[in-house]
Amino acid sequence: MHAEEKMTHETWPASPEKATLEAKNKFLGFWFFLGGETVLFASLFATYLALKDKVPTADHVLAKDLFEMPLVFLMTMILLTSSLTSVYAMYHMKNFNFKKMQLWLGITVLLGLSFLGLEIYEFNHYVHEFHHTFSSSAFGSAFYTLVGFHGAHVAFGLCWIVSLMIRNAKRGLSLYNAPKFYTASLYWHYIDVVWVFIFTVVYLMGMVG
Amino acid sequence: MSTNAQKKGFGAVLWDYLTTVDHKKIAILYLIAGGIFFILGGLEAMIIRIQLAIPDNNFVSAGFYNEVLTMHGTTMIFLAAMPLLFAFMNAVVPLQIGARDVAFPFLNSLGFWLFFFGGVFLNLSWFLGGAPDAGWTSYASLSLASEGHGIDFYSLGLQISGFGTLIAGINFLVTIINMRAPGMTYMRMPLFTWTTFVASALILFAFPALTVGIFFLTFDRLFGSNFFDPTMGGNTVIWEHLFWIFGHPEVYILILPAFGIFSDIISTFSRKRLFGYSSMVFATVLIGFLGFMVWAHHMFTTGLGPIANAIFAVATMAIAVPTGIKIFNWLFTMWGGSIKFTTPMLYAVAFVPSFVMGGVTGVMLAAAPADYQYHDSYFVVAHFHYVIIGGVVLSLLAATHFYWPKMFGTMLNEFLGKITFWLFLIGFHLTFFIQHFLGLMGMPRRIFTFLPNQGLEIGNLVSSIGAFFMAVATIILLINIVITSVKNVKVGNDPWGDGRTLEWAIASPPPYYNFKQLPLVRGLDPYWIEKMEGKKEMTPAEPLGDIHMPNGSFIPFMISLGLFIAAFGAMYRLDYGWGLPVLIIGLVITFGSMFVRSIKDDHGYHIHKEELMDDDDNKGVKA
Repeated sequence: MHAEEKMTHETWPASPEKATLEAKNKFLGFWFFLGGETVLFASLFATYLALKDKVPTADHVLAKDLFEMPLVFLMTMILLTSSLTSVYAMYHMKNFNFKKMQLWLGITVLLGLSFLGLEIYEFNHYVHEFHHTFSSSAFGSAFYTLVGFHGAHVAFGLCWIVSLMIRNAKRGLSLYNAPKFYTASLYWHYIDVVWVFIFTVVYLMGMVG
Repeated sequence: MSTNAQKKGFGAVLWDYLTTVDHKKIAILYLIAGGIFFILGGLEAMIIRIQLAIPDNNFVSAGFYNEVLTMHGTTMIFLAAMPLLFAFMNAVVPLQIGARDVAFPFLNSLGFWLFFFGGVFLNLSWFLGGAPDAGWTSYASLSLASEGHGIDFYSLGLQISGFGTLIAGINFLVTIINMRAPGMTYMRMPLFTWTTFVASALILFAFPALTVGIFFLTFDRLFGSNFFDPTMGGNTVIWEHLFWIFGHPEVYILILPAFGIFSDIISTFSRKRLFGYSSMVFATVLIGFLGFMVWAHHMFTTGLGPIANAIFAVATMAIAVPTGIKIFNWLFTMWGGSIKFTTPMLYAVAFVPSFVMGGVTGVMLAAAPADYQYHDSYFVVAHFHYVIIGGVVLSLLAATHFYWPKMFGTMLNEFLGKITFWLFLIGFHLTFFIQHFLGLMGMPRRIFTFLPNQGLEIGNLVSSIGAFFMAVATIILLINIVITSVKNVKVGNDPWGDGRTLEWAIASPPPYYNFKQLPLVRGLDPYWIEKMEGKKEMTPAEPLGDIHMPNGSFIPFMISLGLFIAAFGAMYRLDYGWGLPVLIIGLVITFGSMFVRSIKDDHGYHIHKEELMDDDDNKGVKA
């Protein structure tokens, strides 16, 4: 199969994300990339655990004073839901239903945006209410770097998905762009998995002290 | 080759190389850039040895010595050894597996340009206020205290070139998994391909730890964070862990491809199948796995406690087992073989005992209680130069001679090659053997001078004389390259006459599409099998058809250039008002170029069957 072929519902293969050699390479290469990202986040997590609550003076806020369940729980639910909606998008991609794919990707982007908005609110809150900043302590540096790296990944993922949606809006699905949508959704899932760990390690473990 | 038949002007050639996505041309780029950095690192080594030739010397100042020492290590590891290995991986691995190109030709080019701009950025420090001076390990407590921007050049330069290395690693992994010719099963892959595969996996899982460590260092120095500042709750040991979680696998990233090169050379010139092929593969994978379990042996004196030290000591010693398997396999391959002592084979024969010596001192250092005596002495310097020069550099020199005809279509002069070999080997042992004893006599590493009448004079003088031997050897190699290139006597497919693997079945240099028809692989050493059956070339696995090729692109250059510019902005942000805008402009160039790459369709092009039939001058595999 060639990437440039005009596809119809009948000729659309079962796994369009790896139907051509280029797509197979992209699929595998992206999984490897996510493997590397895992080491990156593992290093950030390890550093966070080593520097958690490590502050210069006793009057500095600690993790247990900082985090509030309702906000973080809402963020977690929003991001988990966005992962689900991206699965719906890929389901429609595999069924050659471009319009529904775009719709569900759109919902994914909106959920991602609201997550990002809440994260910015959260950071702003910590800085202004608690004077917990990037520079105020080693704890602050490690917290903002870990959670901020995740946030930057969310922002990049949003830019990526929106670019793909706009670029392909008028021409529909092909074996050339299907792997692109698929890798973007893999990336989105990955970000979600990382957040599950952040929720557990940073917030839940932070609240119990 | 049809594309290179007509002479092109300099501008056209330059543009061709700036935009190329052809793995063979990228190999040449890596070879040139890595070669230049190798000479630069060598000159720094000469300054070190001149300074230490006599006691109380003042050839260079103490501060400048620190910069030279730091840049020697950093340059040799990141900008010379690894890129030179990438040169041969790019030149040879796709041919060895019977592929027309790598899996990601665009990323291949991006990887090179990121490495190149990172290396240039790092070396610009010499002209912009001083080079990094905290050693190649740049331990945080020291590097945070370093004044000026030297350390920032280190952190930002390595960050950029590190991205390039990571990309190259992913590219080789996918290439080797997805692009093998029909019949090229995993257990038929040449050892150089296998070691490239395992080394690429190590790159993938080791480099992100360095990325994170370097981010922390950059943030601490330039953006006000406190990861390594104990007064703010930070912990400087975190840097040591992250650095060595990367740094120890890095050693195997370097040495495994060297093992692969020597395995191929030894079986070629012993004219025998590699002894114990499957155990070689097993040992390679095991070394790769164990390589991640031993990083704390660099930190025995940090104070992690006796239990941690004992575990890491035992794990470290365990690596001697698979390495020993390899040593014996090489010896048994030569045993009973019909050996031809060509220049590459001389390097291979010299490598075995040289590397074993480095391995033996490695086991000595792995004994944690004894390490308290050796730590930070010249004994350590002698050890790692024995493994890195005795292993990696000898393999690079061997590969230069071995693969030169495949890359450039002409043979390096064997006589000059052998002179280079003998001078280099003698110089190497002269320089580093005696450093074991200097270390045991108490000479600490990294010092810029020493006092007279402490028994260190003769040892240091001998060591410095050896360095000059290596310098002369390198000059002769360069003369050899110039003479060979001027004469430019063209050679055929298999200039050594004993080629065993697929790269020797096609023209030297190969046509830009490599294989006209993908070859059918019928076993280990596929070309040798065909030759033994009296055939001159590989049996094709497919009828002659159109070949799909990737388009060249200037975008990799632009992406890398953007990061190069952004790094200057990040570094001078605190000093000058223009820093922040430059940082933003650089990032806009990088992400803008990535965006263009994403939205612009790039389907490549096809070479048509008819063109291939016209091109029938003994290139590629014929039907």
